[in-house]
Amino acid sequence: MPQVTFIEHNGTAHTVDAVIGKSLMEAAVDNSVPGIDADCGGACACATCHVFVTPEWEAKTGDRTEAEIAMLNFAAEVKPNSRLSCQITVTAELDGLVVHMPDGQH
Amino acid sequence: MNDAPFPLGLHDHEAYSLPLDKLDVSQGRLFQDQLHLPYFERLRREDPVHYCADSQFGPYWSITKYNDIVAVDSNNKVFSSASEFGGITIRDRRPEVRRESFIAMDAPRHDDQRKAVSPIVAPQNLARMEAGIRERAGKVLDDLPRGEVFNWVEKVSIELTTQMLAILFDFPWEDRRMLTRWSDVATADIAAGVVKTEEEREEILAECLAYFTRLWNERVNADMQPDLLSMMAHSPATRNMTPDQFLGNLILLIVGGNDTTRNSMSGSVLFMHGNPDQYAKLKANPLLLDSAVPEIIRYQTPLSHMRRTALEDQEVGGKLIKKGDKVVMWYCSGNRDDTAIENPNAFIIDRKRPRQHLSFGFGIHRCVGNRLAEMQLKIVWEEILKRFDRIEVVGPEKRVFSSFVHGIEDLPVIVHGK
Repeated sequence: MPQVTFIEHNGTAHTVDAVIGKSLMEAAVDNSVPGIDADCGGACACATCHVFVTPEWEAKTGDRTEAEIAMLNFAAEVKPNSRLSCQITVTAELDGLVVHMPDGQH
Repeated sequence: MNDAPFPLGLHDHEAYSLPLDKLDVSQGRLFQDQLHLPYFERLRREDPVHYCADSQFGPYWSITKYNDIVAVDSNNKVFSSASEFGGITIRDRRPEVRRESFIAMDAPRHDDQRKAVSPIVAPQNLARMEAGIRERAGKVLDDLPRGEVFNWVEKVSIELTTQMLAILFDFPWEDRRMLTRWSDVATADIAAGVVKTEEEREEILAECLAYFTRLWNERVNADMQPDLLSMMAHSPATRNMTPDQFLGNLILLIVGGNDTTRNSMSGSVLFMHGNPDQYAKLKANPLLLDSAVPEIIRYQTPLSHMRRTALEDQEVGGKLIKKGDKVVMWYCSGNRDDTAIENPNAFIIDRKRPRQHLSFGFGIHRCVGNRLAEMQLKIVWEEILKRFDRIEVVGPEKRVFSSFVHGIEDLPVIVHGK
């Protein structure tokens, strides 16, 4: 099972098992990682599972969808490597993935 | 006293006494008398995407199930919020009194205007505001009468949300109740009596515009400050608004920051009173407020609906919605949909996924102040738990006649000290 690491805004790291085929957001929520609110439950209809993908992983996590860009547009602190973690599907290739979190989800 | 009208003998209820095509859930009295939930339960079971051909607001579609609401709310290309088609409420205002605001506007102009004000509720700003919110909440609670009946809505809910709004606008403190008045006037159903005619509403809102225009003129020539007016006055997206657009955005921000949290704050007292087991859990573990607060917001659903207008034909839940049709997303119904939320008619402060509710909407128009609202509610309850043993509701609440604002006007309570 791939392992992924979520790093909170305060630096606390959470390495968890992620299920292939489920979303990165679900890996956080299923393992009670704080800081991923995921209010809409994965419908790409809010922006509360916002993460920053570390540069070396950007190619493997893919491109943002149009709907994702529309929602990220309203997040508080958007960077070029911002993603909604509900839109990243876990694959074997993502074993070792590291993402950072903003200091709040809106 | 429990908010939910269940358990009722469902088939005895008037919601089941009418043929399906005659059901009209838009009537303000249903919400005022808390009869609306069985109507929506019937629609969810029998006709979840329902067409009402004839109502005081004209024909409209009702979207009643959680997932259908998320789908419509997220599809802003097909389902427009623009004021030119009627905006975001079931009531079509006459074209001459329709006005734009960024909630009643589609992308991309919506996006630019929203971003002009959204930094005020960014995480750093929320952190900056927290101590002040706590201090003001503590003062309001300390000043409450002990051992006598008073109206919680007036003394706590309105006062705290109005103070918050005055701070966000940097509005003259002594005049802050004008904000409450303008908010009530802007949303009132004419049948509710707050204003008697649309002309009277427009006269009062013109006073609001005149007052804020004075403040705008001061701020536009001053240095940028972190208040909503200065932010609009200094942003390229909003600094050249017409007076009507300015008033539209003012009403949006006033109503959005006022009516909504006010009613969740009042509802929360009713829910805790009506669910002593849940309140006992909260007293034993105040950390549960993190999940109790979103549960309060779900259970209250301070805005019962949002409306859209179809820009093209679109199928929803097996029904064909035609271009030009009015589509009403009933958040109050989706929040009680048992296919999305377990045991939805129960108030449960430690739900596993408490934030999965529709009260803030979803998609690009999702409530911009959602985390501020949660913070205000959390702080007021933290301060209540420090001071009081409980807040006893001692009489029936009086509710607002409206199928838009799910409001409480009068909530007689006695506070019991520790």
